[in-house]
Amino acid sequence: MKGSLIIVGFFLLGCLAGYFQLLPAAVASSDISFYALCALMCGVGLSIGSDPQTLQNFRSLNPRLAFLPLMTIAGTLAAMWCVSWLLPHRTPAECMAVGSGFGYYSLSSIFITEYKGAELGTVALLSNILREIATLLGTPLLVRWFGNLAPIACGGATTMDTTLPVITRYAGQQWVVVSLFHGFVVDFSVPFLVTFFCSL
Amino acid sequence: MFVVIGWMLAGMCAGFLLRSKKLGWVHPLISALIWALLFLLGLEVGGNPHLVASLATLGLEAALVTLAALAGSSLAAWALWHWLYRRKGGRA
Repeated sequence: MKGSLIIVGFFLLGCLAGYFQLLPAAVASSDISFYALCALMCGVGLSIGSDPQTLQNFRSLNPRLAFLPLMTIAGTLAAMWCVSWLLPHRTPAECMAVGSGFGYYSLSSIFITEYKGAELGTVALLSNILREIATLLGTPLLVRWFGNLAPIACGGATTMDTTLPVITRYAGQQWVVVSLFHGFVVDFSVPFLVTFFCSL
Repeated sequence: MFVVIGWMLAGMCAGFLLRSKKLGWVHPLISALIWALLFLLGLEVGGNPHLVASLATLGLEAALVTLAALAGSSLAAWALWHWLYRRKGGRA
């Protein structure tokens, strides 16, 4: 939660700096963000590649639960397709790009800003932060209404870190490996799916 | 556009080769880059009067999208739950 607040803080700080024109406009329109994004993705790759422990943990996973990340992705994308009918100024691909953040707001909003502009990037940031907050707050109800897998599906890419504690608390300790695996797969899919839907 | 994904894959290969080394500096670097990029996103939003004026609408749109995403993934998870555990108790 603290991490999310810091991130929102930086976004707000940027908004204020832009609004009061504290920095030259050239900064926002330069290529800096593209190079920073490349460096960021290289760092994300480094941290995945250098951590074989995560992959080893998955040996104890029930193979049928390997379907859960696919259900999360399919369910979210189907819902995004439906919601694009309610938002006539957005194409289905744009809605799906926003939905493909799966709660990974930092990365998805940065990608979408880079490829589709700051307006859709802002929607992606807000929507994916809301997804994480809703999972943190709504997990007890989700378990009761939709079963133990629902909070994991709603948590999306965050189920390997920020929403893991609340999921194990309400769905049960035995879902830790499923939750980690789910978060890992969905997390990994974010850059691919977002790039794909932005390129349509 | 695929340059960015190429960087991630290159990073993964490098990380795998360097897995015996201590890479403690990577996580602070990732955080710093994320902060910088979101600051830049904010800068772009704040400097654009059209975007500032439509922040409330964008927020509403985001809320609608989130609600749909939660409903969609919950229903999909419920379907899998039902399919896997209809006959027996829930076990991971």
